Amino acid sequence: MARFPSLSFLGDTGQVVPESGHTATLTTVTSAAMAFLAVFALALSLSAGQLSQRWSDTLAQSATLRVSAPASEIAAQTAVAVEVLRTTPGIASTRVLEVDEQRALLEPWFGPDLPIEQLVLPRLIEIIEAPQGFDAAGLRLRLASEAPGAILDDHTRWRRPLVHAASSLRGLAWVSVLLIAAAMAAMITLAAGFSLAANAQVIRVLRLVGARDAFIVRAFVRRLTLGALIGAAAGTVIGVLAFALLPVSGDTGFLTGLGFQGWTWLTPLAIPPLAALIAWVATRTTAFQVLKKER
Amino acid sequence: MIRLANVSHDYGGRGLLSAVDLHIAPGSFYFLTGPSGAGKSTLLKLCYGDLQPRSGEITLFGQDTATLSRDALADTRRRIGVIHQDCQFLDHLTLAENVALPFVATGRDVPTKDLSELLSWVGLEHQADSLPPTLSGGERQRAALARAVIMSPEVVLADEPTGNVDWEMSQRLLSLLVELNRMGTAVMIATHDLNLIRTAKSQVTSRTLRIADHTLQSAGSEL
Repeated sequence: MARFPSLSFLGDTGQVVPESGHTATLTTVTSAAMAFLAVFALALSLSAGQLSQRWSDTLAQSATLRVSAPASEIAAQTAVAVEVLRTTPGIASTRVLEVDEQRALLEPWFGPDLPIEQLVLPRLIEIIEAPQGFDAAGLRLRLASEAPGAILDDHTRWRRPLVHAASSLRGLAWVSVLLIAAAMAAMITLAAGFSLAANAQVIRVLRLVGARDAFIVRAFVRRLTLGALIGAAAGTVIGVLAFALLPVSGDTGFLTGLGFQGWTWLTPLAIPPLAALIAWVATRTTAFQVLKKER
Repeated sequence: MIRLANVSHDYGGRGLLSAVDLHIAPGSFYFLTGPSGAGKSTLLKLCYGDLQPRSGEITLFGQDTATLSRDALADTRRRIGVIHQDCQFLDHLTLAENVALPFVATGRDVPTKDLSELLSWVGLEHQADSLPPTLSGGERQRAALARAVIMSPEVVLADEPTGNVDWEMSQRLLSLLVELNRMGTAVMIATHDLNLIRTAKSQVTSRTLRIADHTLQSAGSEL
């Protein structure tokens, strides 16, 4: 006869707080939206990190030495420069670019029929770094004294702004994640406050029959936390699916690597538990504060 | 068990009770009477710690309510059964769930056998699965009585328990409270129904207290 739904999945508080319809539904839907946004912010931050790493790595592995000198001296200076490079620790190999290779480099700008032999072009020496790297500043000093026409370009000029941009992007993405978490905490706090106010009668009755604050708080916390968890899980799944179905443009495009790769597909799994944790803390704090004001 | 010493209370400067002394001893039976607005409900609320007095001292089971924490107060409520004038149910729960609420709210298993016996005792065994709003006034009052006594409290405080019911039902509620008192529970009933008090005189040794001129007076001899 006397069934009491105390064995429900809401735990020992059973159903003492009525299904309040809108509040719980809105909490779930908002959590879903927040989780969806969090997936994107997370993907952005991970991709920005990978992008910055990749640009850093590819550009750091090579450098170029440019020898500009009058036509009569260029061969001599090139030979000196090669010798300097050969005796510099941290350089794996050097190679003087052939005329044909230089023509290929210039072709996109001047077309295939350029009479390159008649131009006074600087000679280019490709430098392949050894893994430990070389001392660029020291090398510049030696070159200045021994082969003044040789100018070292280690691509720092290109690398720095790119890496800097990628790092800023990553910072912004993390700020977004934090803002999403803060907005969610604020939303749950409001929902909890509303729910407590709407159920003032329930709280009165529970107090009357001897319920401690912890029990009353638990009755509210579980419902909203569960709502946030379910919502966030749904939002995360939709967000991850969106990335999984995103058309990826080959291997070479600028956008390559935007999204999740390998183990990073697992990182969105952290979103639902974190959302539930935020909801739990926000509801609990609000509920205890509200109850403390009453007799 | 419940002791009020020189207690005064008012709402926003309007004096209601002053210099009230009261001691509810185990097994005693009190009626509390007086005109509407005299402060009967207020006095009961002071007795179960729902209100703090402006001055004076209230001790519940030896503990001063002024220094009692919220949780400690909640714990004393388990020893005081309260029947509210307007019953105070959770309307989304069934009658049986409402009656069992003190067990659930204090984290104990509901003794289903005791619960069904209690519902039979108040004559509500067939309404166990009904929602409170679908019950009549008398049924609600009996359910409130059942909820007040399910934890076997040491004292039951009833605020106009016969306010919304006919005379026959009033007598039935009274006899339930008298029966409870015979088993050792102290009872205090706030009522303005003098017939009820007279009827009780023949069944139980009771004392009648009257609130008049903001003070609590003994009114036994007049009835």
